[in-house]
Amino acid sequence: MLKVDSLSVCINHKSIIQDISFEVPEHEILMVIGPNGAGKTTLIKAIMQNAKHDGAAYLDGKNIADISSREIAKQIGVLTQTHSQQFSFTVYEVVSLGRYAHQEGMFSKMGKEDYDKIDDALKLTGTYHLKDRSVLTLSGGELQRIFLASVFAQDPKILILDEPTNHLDLQYQIGIFDTLKEWVKGEGRSVIAVVHDLNVVYTYGTKALLMNEGRVYAYGNVDDVLNRENLKKVYEVDVALWMQNLLQHWK
Amino acid sequence: MIDMNEEKKAKRSVWPDHIVFLSFFAMLIFAFLLSVSVGSVDVSLSDTVRILLNKTFGIGNISDIPESLSVIIQQVRLPRVILAALVGAALSISGTSMQGLLRNPLADSSTLGVSSCAALGAVLAISVGFQLPQFPYFGIAAMSILFAFASFIVIMALSYQIDRNLSTNTIILTGVIISMFAGSIISFVVSISGEERLKSIVFWTMGSFSGRGWDYVGLITPFVVVGIIGLLRYSTELNAFALGEEKAGYIGVNTKRVKINILVFVSILVGVSVSVSGTIAFVGLVIPHITRMLIGSNHKKLMPLSLITGATFMIFADLVSRTVLRPSELPIGVVTSLIGSVIFIYIFYSQRQKQY
Repeated sequence: MLKVDSLSVCINHKSIIQDISFEVPEHEILMVIGPNGAGKTTLIKAIMQNAKHDGAAYLDGKNIADISSREIAKQIGVLTQTHSQQFSFTVYEVVSLGRYAHQEGMFSKMGKEDYDKIDDALKLTGTYHLKDRSVLTLSGGELQRIFLASVFAQDPKILILDEPTNHLDLQYQIGIFDTLKEWVKGEGRSVIAVVHDLNVVYTYGTKALLMNEGRVYAYGNVDDVLNRENLKKVYEVDVALWMQNLLQHWK
Repeated sequence: MIDMNEEKKAKRSVWPDHIVFLSFFAMLIFAFLLSVSVGSVDVSLSDTVRILLNKTFGIGNISDIPESLSVIIQQVRLPRVILAALVGAALSISGTSMQGLLRNPLADSSTLGVSSCAALGAVLAISVGFQLPQFPYFGIAAMSILFAFASFIVIMALSYQIDRNLSTNTIILTGVIISMFAGSIISFVVSISGEERLKSIVFWTMGSFSGRGWDYVGLITPFVVVGIIGLLRYSTELNAFALGEEKAGYIGVNTKRVKINILVFVSILVGVSVSVSGTIAFVGLVIPHITRMLIGSNHKKLMPLSLITGATFMIFADLVSRTVLRPSELPIGVVTSLIGSVIFIYIFYSQRQKQY
């Protein structure tokens, strides 16, 4: 279980995030939302010890700052926003890098368990047929799915996804979140997803964390957090009204 | 949908990996034998093989071959060619590691400034006449290894002051600055040196295997072996770095420690290489690119193959430097720069899109 306690990040005397606290128990899908610049990506960086911070993040009671990169990776998998594709690796090679944390020692080789996990991850994301292709030949959607496969191959307990379906069409959006919904049913598993699409929050989220200007604006059940007043205040647009108007088109 | 153009660019050579390895290994053996047999006195290939077999394994009879030829092969050519192979392998795997670590196709030991600093150490030793009593050349070797290490420490320390994360951009920038600084000091030393020392210094900064015997081979072999094993061990981590430093950290790589360790081993390899043969340009830059075109970007295959291609290239370059103007010698750096820059232009021309 992941617990965040009063996390704050200050860069060059400017406060980016302040006093963020929340908990993510088993089987939870926590949706982190908020306008651009609210500090969502910084929050992830701070949890993963990639940014100097005050306060702490705890993994099963242990302060993450005291855990080695390898041990963290065994428990937490991160899907980042952007992927650079300058290298001509095959899909299989990229996905198998997800097993890195589980291979200890200088001359560790991959065993049956590793190969099985990689194959399972490829099948889970519907990318098994792409496994020998070069990553340079993939479309945006396929690329996102293989990086998701890589994180699945890593076999962590907690998945942190930073805008996993940006730039992807609806089909992929639904596909990825459906997969996550199934995945999180496993023992000890939970998901934290930073998203922009508020409808995704309603459809797949179990809890929501609404951030604004580096602080927690609201945290709790999706319905409570996404109430009309909160959204109006934070997004400066009557989101509920906007969505209802949109719905008319689809009737 | 598969974009056919992308697929073509992404495909490396059509041959399976083991064929590539075997053929390049064969090329290495051939280059080795050719280089040992050719020189100011040519020995036929078959005689060369017979001499080598006899002296190394005690096989066969070479009583019909004049002793002087045998001595030339054994004492003059063999150590020199082996040295060229070792330095070629060392510089190539260093360049491959640097490019993988820094995600920059222009990275190599010269970029980091380590070569220039090692050369500076050697130049100072030569101009001051620093020599150990028993081993005349070892004073130069010691100084250049020392300076290679020192440059590494300076680059790390400076980079750390600027940026606690030791980001690769900072390291490259600091390396370039150090390189320019060392270069200007070398120029200064050159400008105030007398004619005697001058020729030797200049020849040194352009690289040479001339007159290097078994003592040199003995000096650098342990360092080269340690350095190469040290770098090969990080092949998987280098693959991870290709995904980006942030991602590498997220899959569990201790990026700070890996960076430092790789840089230490590169310093060892570059330091000893420069100490025995001066600065040899382009090898660490070009060989990784050529090898990538043959076998792809997976460092688990790229690193070992770069050893073979690097050694082969250096042996050929040394052969050319010895024979093109015989009986006098070209500095090998001239040969590698000329061939290297032509190859480099070809690589950039044939690959529109940057990929590695």
